[in-house]
Amino acid sequence: MSVAVRNTSTRTNTLTAGKLPKGAPWGLLIVSWAIFVVIFLLLEASGTTSDFNIVGALFFGTILFDILIVVISMVVEGGRKAKDRLVTSLVATAFIVTLLPLISLIYTVLSRGLARFDSAYFSQSMRNVIGDGGGALHAIVGTLEITAIATLISVPIGLLTSIYLVEYGRGRLARSITFFVDVMTGIPSIVAGLFAFALFSLLLGPAYRAGIVGSIALSVLMIPVVVRSSEEILKIVPNELREASFALGVPKWLTIVKVILPTSIAGLTTGVMLAISRVIGETAPLLITTGFTTSMNYDLLMDRMMTLPVFVYTQYANQGPNATPFVERAWTGALVLILIVMALNLLARLIGRFFAPKLSR
Amino acid sequence: MTATAERPSKADTRPKSVVRLGDRVFSTATVLSGSLILVVLVAVALFLIVQSIPALTAKPGEIPQGAKSFWDYVGPLVFGTIWAALLALIIATPLALGIALFISHYAPRRISQLLGYIIDLLAAVPSVVFGLWGVLVLAPFIQPFYSTLVDKLGWIPLFAGPVSGTGKTILTASIVLAVMILPIMTAVMREIFLQAPRLHEEAALALGATRFEMIQMAVLPFARSGMVSAIMLGLGRALGETLAIAIVLSPAAVVNLHLLTSQNPNTIAANIALQFNEAQGVGLNTLIASGLILFVITLLVNMAARFVVNRRKDFSGAN
Amino acid sequence: MNIKRVGSIAAIAIVGAIALSSCASNEGGAGTGSSAGSSDLSGTINGIGSSAQQAAETAWASAFQQANADANVNYDPQGSGAGRTSFISGAADFAGSDAALSDEELKSTFAGCAADSKAIDLPVYISPIAIAYNVDGLTDLTLDADTIAGIFKGTITKWNDAAITKLNPDAKLPSAAITVVHRSDDSGTTFNFSQYLASQAKSVWTEEASQTFPYSVGDAAKGGSGVADAAKNSKNSITYLDDSAVGDLSVAKLMVGGTATELSADGAAAVVSKSPLVEGRADNDLAINIDRTLTDKGDWPLVLVSYIIACDTYKDSAKGNLVKAYATYAASADGQKAAAEQAKSAELTSDLASKVATAAATIK
Repeated sequence: MSVAVRNTSTRTNTLTAGKLPKGAPWGLLIVSWAIFVVIFLLLEASGTTSDFNIVGALFFGTILFDILIVVISMVVEGGRKAKDRLVTSLVATAFIVTLLPLISLIYTVLSRGLARFDSAYFSQSMRNVIGDGGGALHAIVGTLEITAIATLISVPIGLLTSIYLVEYGRGRLARSITFFVDVMTGIPSIVAGLFAFALFSLLLGPAYRAGIVGSIALSVLMIPVVVRSSEEILKIVPNELREASFALGVPKWLTIVKVILPTSIAGLTTGVMLAISRVIGETAPLLITTGFTTSMNYDLLMDRMMTLPVFVYTQYANQGPNATPFVERAWTGALVLILIVMALNLLARLIGRFFAPKLSR
Repeated sequence: MTATAERPSKADTRPKSVVRLGDRVFSTATVLSGSLILVVLVAVALFLIVQSIPALTAKPGEIPQGAKSFWDYVGPLVFGTIWAALLALIIATPLALGIALFISHYAPRRISQLLGYIIDLLAAVPSVVFGLWGVLVLAPFIQPFYSTLVDKLGWIPLFAGPVSGTGKTILTASIVLAVMILPIMTAVMREIFLQAPRLHEEAALALGATRFEMIQMAVLPFARSGMVSAIMLGLGRALGETLAIAIVLSPAAVVNLHLLTSQNPNTIAANIALQFNEAQGVGLNTLIASGLILFVITLLVNMAARFVVNRRKDFSGAN
Repeated sequence: MNIKRVGSIAAIAIVGAIALSSCASNEGGAGTGSSAGSSDLSGTINGIGSSAQQAAETAWASAFQQANADANVNYDPQGSGAGRTSFISGAADFAGSDAALSDEELKSTFAGCAADSKAIDLPVYISPIAIAYNVDGLTDLTLDADTIAGIFKGTITKWNDAAITKLNPDAKLPSAAITVVHRSDDSGTTFNFSQYLASQAKSVWTEEASQTFPYSVGDAAKGGSGVADAAKNSKNSITYLDDSAVGDLSVAKLMVGGTATELSADGAAAVVSKSPLVEGRADNDLAINIDRTLTDKGDWPLVLVSYIIACDTYKDSAKGNLVKAYATYAASADGQKAAAEQAKSAELTSDLASKVATAAATIK
């Protein structure tokens, strides 16, 4: 043991020869960032640019890193490793490049939304509020109710359809469903709203506005997302599981309910959450179908209902001459919406964790 | 084994499969819900077609904005829709692929869970907020870059001037679109990558493959159909995105490939959002007819994608 | 992991608490409100229409609901066109609209109105339209109709163009390009703006008045707040927008009949008051044909009038009573003052206000 240690310290280790040390990429990344921070600081000092641009520095620094790591790796480690390094650095770059707008977005929402993140916002509606104050309780309740109903409609339909496509569907019907579900993902949200509105106008007259109409409109948007994502997840459940279950004499439907669904529950909940996220922020269809009100309304079947996206949009679009309270309410509404989805996501993760069978990963 | 297993009396006829009640109920339910989707879609299509007829048969003076016919009106919008979605996909696809791989195969497990979670959350940001962020934060930030691009590279048709003074260009709109569709694309791709057969991966690594070679051999072929699905979902959202583009883009009824000017082709969905409020009569029908066109575009795009996927079916991961 | 689990449970608890909390704390319901509102008006009326009116409608609705605790007024800011269409189909009890009903629309059957009765237009909201600009160091600018038309048509492209310097000999005008910002959505504001230019700058502005901005020039943005933000975020910009959305932008003076006039609510109201009514309408239909040629001192002819459109006689007389009371309040001195505070609109002149009150009183 001790001999080996002495040996490595004096001679080249054959295992690590021709390899970059472990921390090298990270060091290189930081060095490249530092180089561009300095360059940008110099540019600012010389008056070429008016203010210091941290985002630009990070962006160009990352690109410099990509080039450097490939060149160095090519020299030290050779072609195959260099290619690997190239892809690794590209993947990391993609990540950093994406993170920049995302961080900026989150920062914007947080910094502007926290101004009105107070108890009044969660305990008051906008009834009889002009100018300052007021809250969005009516909109929060409306969004939760309408989205919940939309989910209750879409998830069973979507899930059953994807089960049909993966487990039963052969032939023309399955093919056309697959195809038209894709087409359905492209329905513009406002068309879904118009459709739901026209449907209920036919049945109940044009003056009918209620949360349920909005739920139907959202379902039209939500179903294809549920189908599409669950289909992909169900497809990759290993066939061995099905075959083992059938071999034990378990009926097909029980196999699906007891084996296939639990195996893919984590992916399925992610899919459902994505679908909810997709529709919970819809504005245009809800404005047409559920209307606009400043008062509380719990009844999905009667009268107008406020929703958070509509609230955010109208607060921004139709601000009074003293715009600050309107804009603040709008950003806080956006923040609350994101937080609601965050809570739902956590819930979905918990469900996934409790029900999923233990797998290798 | 062979001694104990008593074969059925007639070895060459397969036993009649018993149809259980549960099976029948369950499979009928799945067929019904699948058919329900078709019914809904047919209903939506019928609604669109019926509402579109007045616009399709309108006389020249009736179509808004002085267009000679409906096709004259919708032409630039079709171009704008496809152009904006294409730009967004060009930006978003490599990034989504990168992030999904990063989360599934590169980042340490603990970090990757957190990252995946953050990305998922972004799918929930309402499009209004993306729009506001695009117009209040991104556009002013990026406008100086546009000025530089037009000054230095203005001879390339894409970057032809005059530069937009507000930064509300189609490139900005496409960047916003790309950021919007990233979460959904990333999430689907990530789930697929995570399901890639572990054994294949380990076998590849054991044979001395680098990480990239392993991904190339064991992950990507398996995930191909899922990746196309993810891209289609992203494209679907990009084509139909309404409010964010309506807020960010500075539209005009033009067809051009300039990325950085104020005169940008508008998209169908955004145009509906912009004109719907004040539309009436044939104008309203025209907007709905343009929605029908969007529907058809999605149909065509999907047919193309299906064609591509089916040609490659042999390599798809579905077992 | 533990933190995550605790956090998620907390989140569920919060969501649950919100969902279960019985009522918004600011909504007393009939119990607390009944002492304030001693009227016997009750029920709900729904309006759909102009988003320009929304701030004013909010002010009216809240005062009206405070005075009549059992009454509910909802207003969907879907747009004027949607408002008129919905009103005709019976989807809305009243419409808010930046344009009066057209003769053709008047011929249609109004689903919510009693048989053989028609709808009437009540002008209740006057908004001056401002020409606002964002140029460093420039706070005093005068423009005339021809110059404005030239700028927004794209024939005048520099701030130090001869046409502008001639009107502003003392101003320090940069030699920068003008960034024109206009509405990307159809709007009553664009209609009134282009109608003014089409009548006052005929030689330059050759397009007819329209809700859609007719020329391909400059940047477009959605809504009044959108153009205000776009103008604020870019240098050397100019735009037209409702006075209420101006914010930090500077407002140009307008050459009216040879004198540089500052934007004033009174001037805008005066123009509306002096303008003739549309001919051939019922006595209680107050559709106004705005006279863009008025040149009295202080007049501001670049103005938008928005209407409440209601039935002359409602099928449901309870609704009729509510709409009548609501429209009467909107046109009253109190209502106009509330709107002016909340929406920065111009108050109706007392002359016009009394006409509107008389017309509103005929609603049944």
